[in-house]
Amino acid sequence: MDGQKARERGYLEVEHTADWGLRAWAEDLPALFCTAAEGMYALMDVRLAKGPEVSREIHLEAADLESLLVAFLDELLYQVENGHAFARMDLSIAGGRLDGSLRGKPIETRKKEIKAVTFHQLEVRQGPKGWETTVIFDV
Amino acid sequence: MVPLSSFIRITDYEWELPKTYRKDMRAAVRVFASRRLLEKSLGDQSIEQAVNAATLPGLVGDVLVMPDMHQGYGFPIGGVAATRWPDGVISPGGIGYDINCGVRLLASFVRYEEAMPLLGELAAALDRNCPSGVGTEGALSLSGAELDQACRQGARWALKKGMASEADLRRTEENGCLDGADPARVSARAKERGRSQLGTLGSGNHFLEVDVVEEIFDAEACAAMGLEQGCLALSIHCGSRGFGHQVCSDSVQAFQGAVKRYGIHLPDRELVCAPLDSPEGQAYLGAMRAAANFAFLNRQLLAHQARRAFEETFSGRFKNVHLHQVYDLAHNIGKIETHQVGGESVKVCVHRKGATRAFGPGTPGLPEEYRTMGQPVLVPGSMGTGSWVLVGTQGSMERSFGSSCHGAGRVLSRSEAKRRVRGDALRADLQSEGIHLRAGSLAGLAEEAPEAYKDVDEVVETVVGAGIARKAARLRPVVVVKG
Repeated sequence: MDGQKARERGYLEVEHTADWGLRAWAEDLPALFCTAAEGMYALMDVRLAKGPEVSREIHLEAADLESLLVAFLDELLYQVENGHAFARMDLSIAGGRLDGSLRGKPIETRKKEIKAVTFHQLEVRQGPKGWETTVIFDV
Repeated sequence: MVPLSSFIRITDYEWELPKTYRKDMRAAVRVFASRRLLEKSLGDQSIEQAVNAATLPGLVGDVLVMPDMHQGYGFPIGGVAATRWPDGVISPGGIGYDINCGVRLLASFVRYEEAMPLLGELAAALDRNCPSGVGTEGALSLSGAELDQACRQGARWALKKGMASEADLRRTEENGCLDGADPARVSARAKERGRSQLGTLGSGNHFLEVDVVEEIFDAEACAAMGLEQGCLALSIHCGSRGFGHQVCSDSVQAFQGAVKRYGIHLPDRELVCAPLDSPEGQAYLGAMRAAANFAFLNRQLLAHQARRAFEETFSGRFKNVHLHQVYDLAHNIGKIETHQVGGESVKVCVHRKGATRAFGPGTPGLPEEYRTMGQPVLVPGSMGTGSWVLVGTQGSMERSFGSSCHGAGRVLSRSEAKRRVRGDALRADLQSEGIHLRAGSLAGLAEEAPEAYKDVDEVVETVVGAGIARKAARLRPVVVVKG
């Protein structure tokens, strides 16, 4: 992951002995979820192919924001395993629901595997400057 | 950070953090470590995570931590926690995403000195026969019904297909098949992810390694295992691939609601759990066992493919090129076992997260040839260093729920390892030491550099000193295949 570029985009890799951590921040919740997704793609070093555009509609429900974030990133990991990643995401998050329209491309290469998104010390927090979270991935 | 002064020294290799350390602890934490290894481990979250695990309802005895511990998520890696059957809890995060990640060791009577000129060829043949790396698929693609059957039968499924022998199954933990696997409890997504991944190694810290049996410490045990000094052995480290990852992800998500329903309060949401006899606990047990069986079968298929590579390389050049099974074991798993606690037989669910079962002599469930010596305990070291074959003891039965260490244990983060080590320089170093290397990515190689791990010999000295395993043989790597 390119540290400088990542900071400009609103995420940063967090050191962890065995796994990977990602801190992400953004002005609002949909942007936070998109930024976390972008950071996760960067950790895996996902490169998109030039092929035809792929699109997906997703609808997720969860009891709280942390569960919703895990479900969202888990959905994207599954899509990665199927060979797709999304550069444009239009998300709406309200009342424990996430509805999203995702547009992306087939994956040309990815160098790293993330096994899963964990709940370890996970919090989606609102601060004075917007929203932030730190996610630990099992790799 | 937990200060060293909070621990009570039991012996040179055993320390206790009493349950008075934090109000919410339901049990003490007992660490098997030398003072040096314990001090080193205080630098990350390992012990805090063990303290968090000590808050689980229904714990029996102490939460145990092995000397190869390092920070994980929820539980520490190297953690062992036993909960009372049937009202204690089961925690999917205490078993891990890679359900039944484990190690299989095979051995041969091919002499290293004679095989040396052919090791490059062998490395290429293993790489060709055993798919590894990110997103790779295996040669098998099972129908839904076949996959369900495979998850019920585990490694036994391969027997009917001519890809396993009775001896392989006999020398596998639980004979390669956990009873009670219920594919109906596994999500369609987990099955879809797993369907094309049987017979693949994956990436990360998973590997396939050819070793030479360098030193024998217990001649009788090595004779029973078929380990002969100077001969080649082969170890396989991998697990249940996307199938297991998805089973755990689904369960950790589902259990977020279960803890509320059962009024369980936890310091970390990754520790979510449910009573073993609850509908949620039973559903997870059924799915977890299906994933464990998937992993037993995966390592069986990889062993079959590795045997093919041995034959392609050595047939006609040596008389006996067969790779016979030494043992196959899990180091991320939850098992229902009966242990002696306070003079009574207690049925418990032993969570082993980065810890190996290490049953001692006379324990039911071991194959006849290992019954008097105890079970082989396979401890792979970091890439390019050494690996150990240990044997379970009476001490492990008495003090660690029949468990021991599982490897060297990380000390550096992946980023720090990459800052300190260049993949190409590491490859050159390993090659200059006579190790033939096949690696999918140089960055991935740097992340797994020996410097990123503790010294496996120090870890082994600790478990031996603590009496929860004894030495049988030390292995030295000569071929490494990584994704």
